[in-house]
Amino acid sequence: MINHGNRRILAALAVATAGALVFAGCSGEAPEASEDTGPVTLTITANSIAGGKNAAEADWIADWVIPEFEAAMEEDGKDVTVEFEPQGVDDENYKTKIALDLQSGEGADIIGMDGIWVGEFAEAGYIKPLAEVGGDAVDAWEGWEQIPEAVQSAVSFDDERYGVPQGADGRVLYFNKDLFEQAGLDADWQPESWEDVLDAARELKQLDGVTPIQLNAGTAMGEATTMQGLLPMLVGTGEQVYEDDKWVGDTDGLNDALDLYKTIYVDEGLGDAVLQQEAAGRDTSFQLFAANQIGILLEGDYFWRSVINPEEGVGTAPMANRDDVVGYTKIPAMEPGSGINGQDFVSMSGGTGRVLNPNSEHPELAWELLAFMNSADAYKARNEGTVAITPRTDVNDEMLAGDPMLTYVSEEVLPITAYRPPLAAYPQVSTALQQATLDVVSGVSVADAASTYADAVKDIVGDDAVSGG
Amino acid sequence: MTTSTTTPAGSAIAPRRRRADDVAGLGTARAGIFVAPALILIGIFLLFPAVWTIWLGMTDYRLTGLQAASPEFVGLDNYAEALTDPSFWNSLWLTLIFVLFSGIIGQTLIGFGLAWAVRNIHGWVKGLIEGLVLAAWVIPASVASFLWLALLDRRSGTVNGLLGTEGTAWLIDHPMESIIIFNIWVGTAFSMQLFSSALSAVPPSQIESAKMVGASGWQQLRDVIVPNIKGHILTNTLLITLWTFNTFTPYLVTAGGPNGKTEILSVYIYETAIPGGQLGLGAAISLIMLLINLVIALGYVRVSKGRKKR
Repeated sequence: MINHGNRRILAALAVATAGALVFAGCSGEAPEASEDTGPVTLTITANSIAGGKNAAEADWIADWVIPEFEAAMEEDGKDVTVEFEPQGVDDENYKTKIALDLQSGEGADIIGMDGIWVGEFAEAGYIKPLAEVGGDAVDAWEGWEQIPEAVQSAVSFDDERYGVPQGADGRVLYFNKDLFEQAGLDADWQPESWEDVLDAARELKQLDGVTPIQLNAGTAMGEATTMQGLLPMLVGTGEQVYEDDKWVGDTDGLNDALDLYKTIYVDEGLGDAVLQQEAAGRDTSFQLFAANQIGILLEGDYFWRSVINPEEGVGTAPMANRDDVVGYTKIPAMEPGSGINGQDFVSMSGGTGRVLNPNSEHPELAWELLAFMNSADAYKARNEGTVAITPRTDVNDEMLAGDPMLTYVSEEVLPITAYRPPLAAYPQVSTALQQATLDVVSGVSVADAASTYADAVKDIVGDDAVSGG
Repeated sequence: MTTSTTTPAGSAIAPRRRRADDVAGLGTARAGIFVAPALILIGIFLLFPAVWTIWLGMTDYRLTGLQAASPEFVGLDNYAEALTDPSFWNSLWLTLIFVLFSGIIGQTLIGFGLAWAVRNIHGWVKGLIEGLVLAAWVIPASVASFLWLALLDRRSGTVNGLLGTEGTAWLIDHPMESIIIFNIWVGTAFSMQLFSSALSAVPPSQIESAKMVGASGWQQLRDVIVPNIKGHILTNTLLITLWTFNTFTPYLVTAGGPNGKTEILSVYIYETAIPGGQLGLGAAISLIMLLINLVIALGYVRVSKGRKKR
């Protein structure tokens, strides 16, 4: 309650100040144009920046979305200016920034966010269901028919749409074929179990200056550890982070997954434990993989289409010979058939999306822009430089054929993938999971790490909502 | 809390002599109007945030989620939680180590040593040494931290190149030592400047007399110099202690890691409140930190008072 009261006072102050400024600025000029014809300014923010993080998205917004939308509006006789506020920081920092923006009643009209933040942002009242903000036009949008339910749910909460999803992704094991050949391994690789992966890593260990495998761990890299490390391993043991209204606790599956970390980093030194603790560890692992110094790396398709993409200005660690050298393969379950639903192979998927800011002064126009950004034409333009799996089936059918990697993810990985629970408590549980991997990597026993984790989760969600010991 | 921090200091300094009640002849009301703008600014920018922090510290306010929309009053729960949390005590312990080695021992002793070493040098050599030390002080902390990240980098760091210790991850293997040396590097200039001016104010006649009776360098230092600059030593130590206690800059080098090994109190509060989202708990710990600052400051006032009486 204090927050709302305070916000009202702040808003009143802001309005008063803005009013005075506008009054001062406008005196002597023509009166402002009416609401319908503008001039109106809309802003978009996303964690992407030209020449840096997610550069392709930033370029697309600047070079296609903004001019095309402004031109389309002009045809309708509206004077609309669109501005892009780029960010190029860690996801955790970006999340904090937009949370603080929204909390203080500020922020861009359209905000890009990870689907997993939707729950806690919605509970905080920072974002509202799309239809509530954007009006009737939202439910009438043609695009919903093209977006599968499962994909829509990535940015939904409590069965309400809060945003438009940006695409689907999947996780695979990347490996360096050159290094595999040097180590005498088959470059056409498909491991069937964790043991197969470890065996390959053991062979790679004989090579000089090569880290055989890097399985994301630790708190420094935030959600990347959970999504591209622990969770794919956990589903490989047949368990899910949230199942039957309970969060995973000190269970057999968790212990098995943590045990794998211990084997890789502590017992056999197949991975570089120090790297996982460095503040910029994830970016460094990208650089090392691109420099042929990491043999096997678990990452999402983002890694392929963005990070190591050889096209100019797209990747942050481009590999000129990516298509020849980098192999990708499905993540095996612990043992054949031990994955969730009895699967032999597993994956995790997440989704990002864009939401409307409820504080927007022109919410209906902002929705028009958001719908425009998710039109088939927009995705086609977006995919011209770097192909990504879009949320729209019509566009996917047309465009994915050109990229074997994304076709692979779409056809082989998405059918066996699993999703994180869209619950507000998830980010806190995720942090506890990251800490558990960090504990193991820095030498704590698996049993201790698992029980510390279980205690932490019980603190967050209550004893009854945790499975296992 | 803030009111009690400002009033005792003010009343201690206020002169006890009696003066004419109304020198300017304004009258209470008009005098009030004159100071009102200042009081309002103080109220908005100092008093309100402080009271707000106290209030927040007694709620379960979070950055996101249900507790962000409608935080509940939890009384002293946050304080109980902080004071029973081992990671809080670990953080406090790390802070004490950090303050002791980087502030009190490092900056003060090295600063004094430098000032002592250059006191009899004149001309461009002195200027050069002072300039170099000051440069570290003048460079913005964000720039200095990038410099140190480059120096200590595991793969292509300058330090590893110079020492021939390729592959040593200083920030992972020796995180606390790293930020201690970093902070000494950043902050020593202040102590050096302060002690330089203090040393130049020591009466030369006393030093000459000491020399004439055959006092060694050490004896001169102990019996002449230190008694003369005691006040400066005290001021310097207090300022350095408080600054080091509150500094956030080491975060730019290690981000509190690895695994919380450099999570000094300021970093701990940041990690709790902003990335951790627990604004209420963060506010409570901030207040605990403020109280520790107060204790340090009061201790200093005590010592300096005792010194003046003698």
